[in-house]
Amino acid sequence: MNTWPRIRLEKRSDTPHWLSRVTPGLSVLAALLVIAVIFGLLGVNPWIAYARILTGAFGSLYGLSETVTKAIPLMLAGTGLAVAFRARVYNIGAEGQLLIGAICATGVALFIPGIPDELRLPAMFLAGALGGAVWALVPAVLKARLRIDEVLTSLMTVYIASELVNYLVYGPWKGPSEWGFPYTDKFPLAAQIPRIGMTRIHYPTLILALLAAVLAYILVQRTRWGFEIRVTGENPEAARYAGMNYLRTAILVMALSGALAGIAGVGEVAGIHYRLRYPQGISPGYGFTAIIVAWLARLNPLGVILTSLLIGGLLVGGDAIQLAMGLPSATVYLFNGMILLFVLSGDLFTRYRIRIELPERVSVLVRQEREEVR
Amino acid sequence: MSIWAYILSTLQAAIPAGTPLLYGTLGEITAERSGVVNLGVEGMMIMGAVTAFGVSLATGNVGIAIIAAALVGGLLALIHGFASINLRVNQVVSGLALTMLGQGISGIIGKQFIGMPPRAQLKPVPIPGLSDIPVLGPLLFQHDLLAYIALLLVPVLWFLFYKTRWGINLRSVGESPATADAMGVNVFQVRYLAVFFGGLMAGIGGAYLSIVYTPAWIEGMTAGIGWIVIALTIFAMWDPVRGLLGAYLFGSMRVLQYRLQDLGISPPLLNMLPFALTILVLMLSAGEAIRKRLGAPAALMQPYTREER
Repeated sequence: MNTWPRIRLEKRSDTPHWLSRVTPGLSVLAALLVIAVIFGLLGVNPWIAYARILTGAFGSLYGLSETVTKAIPLMLAGTGLAVAFRARVYNIGAEGQLLIGAICATGVALFIPGIPDELRLPAMFLAGALGGAVWALVPAVLKARLRIDEVLTSLMTVYIASELVNYLVYGPWKGPSEWGFPYTDKFPLAAQIPRIGMTRIHYPTLILALLAAVLAYILVQRTRWGFEIRVTGENPEAARYAGMNYLRTAILVMALSGALAGIAGVGEVAGIHYRLRYPQGISPGYGFTAIIVAWLARLNPLGVILTSLLIGGLLVGGDAIQLAMGLPSATVYLFNGMILLFVLSGDLFTRYRIRIELPERVSVLVRQEREEVR
Repeated sequence: MSIWAYILSTLQAAIPAGTPLLYGTLGEITAERSGVVNLGVEGMMIMGAVTAFGVSLATGNVGIAIIAAALVGGLLALIHGFASINLRVNQVVSGLALTMLGQGISGIIGKQFIGMPPRAQLKPVPIPGLSDIPVLGPLLFQHDLLAYIALLLVPVLWFLFYKTRWGINLRSVGESPATADAMGVNVFQVRYLAVFFGGLMAGIGGAYLSIVYTPAWIEGMTAGIGWIVIALTIFAMWDPVRGLLGAYLFGSMRVLQYRLQDLGISPPLLNMLPFALTILVLMLSAGEAIRKRLGAPAALMQPYTREER
């Protein structure tokens, strides 16, 4: 006989619309509360920290412009990941694809002579997208050919890409005019993406990111291929039965997400730094943070526009508290991990109904009481 | 130095270099045998590393430090266990979240330890008699206690997996939880225990890094070892003995990496090696799996529920 109340999960047949809208927000709030407790335990005043994050990210024009700046790579990479995850293809290597995009853009900016000035930037974007896509194809092909899990291989390619950047900036591409720093030379003017006024918002990349999100939404929701992506992700058996080619879908979404991450890398080197630098200097983990951006948007590319701005703000605010409260840069990972964990668990409420079953003895008593009342 | 002595000293150094990998791999093999993939190994290891270093600073006692690291690893694993066993969330993403969490918390806790010298260390304990055997003696019997325990765990786990009731239960839960349940095995309990054990092992592996292998705290010092563990689990075909081979193979790789640096090869290129080798190893095991029809536990990554059978 049961003596403890049991918690049971019942699958919902359909999810109320309001519920799937509300849960991500509530999950983030719950995660922030738990982080506040951890901050408290570690001797950091959480409320001061949160106030600083908020004012740092959204409290001034400068903060806002930085939030948008950091949202650009997140939006690009997050859009690609939303599409890939939709097909249940777990590209965890966006960070590496971003770095390869940065390398390709640098190659075109510094080492290929003879490109007319007005074509220099388009060529860099193209090279970055291609590079990212090709880099993503390594795990995709291994999955298609040998059925090797893409999670691990895509992650391994991040480490390899990162060491490749190190090799280049400490070795053959090290700029003679950079005083011994691990940087390449500065890009020529024609290879620099224009910015809005005094901000660091490199708007052509922002426009590309917004376009990518909208087009990806249309692709997933309105096209035949998007239909295949959705069916493959929701019910692989049915997809196979309907004659859909899973491996082709997997390769295509990997290439797409790799290309978008590659473009994000172009934006960072050509829009922010104007040179290739050591890997952490190019991206403080945008490719990994983009996973949260995609998940928080419930894998909806349009939602990614919103969530990338939100997480971008968190990054800017995170920088602010690091400086002000002496926290290490790894603090961002605490936020990332906790939010991801809660958003993931929060999804549960949209898929399942939670029933609490009273122990049998208690339920017998309850029944008797009810009968007495009658 | 003769070639032979060079090889011997590389292999001898490979055992301490491979020990954290071996702990992690043995733990992950156990968890995956029960049907739960935990991609949070990197996070549990780094938490183990920071915990062990901090506790050893505070107490000066290596034993307490290792136990604390194991428990912290186990505790983190239980978060993943709850999410994947009870809440049935996506195990890939939940494990990733755990890794990020570990990197974040260890960075914050560890900031105060950066640059501090260790207060307690684990010293090599040559085994009397055995350590005097030529070749084998220095190779196997002149290490520290944790390295010996890892070696011993391999036959112990092999015996548990294949020769005991407990092992049958574990494997059946990973292959077909519904059948195991019908046979009267408590699927949830077995999975929780296996995942918890995986966390304990990852925690000890992390402790080995920060108080034995490189006695210091360096932010992000696991540097991808936790991910190599996941690959080694596949390479090992979920078998502890093959896990041992894989861990020491990668251990010798790490040793070679440092030695080739002395020959003037660019360090970034050498740093790529373990990750390139991981991909290569995955390709080889995929080929072998297809040839010999070996494979992952059938119910890997599948949550179990009684109601929806």
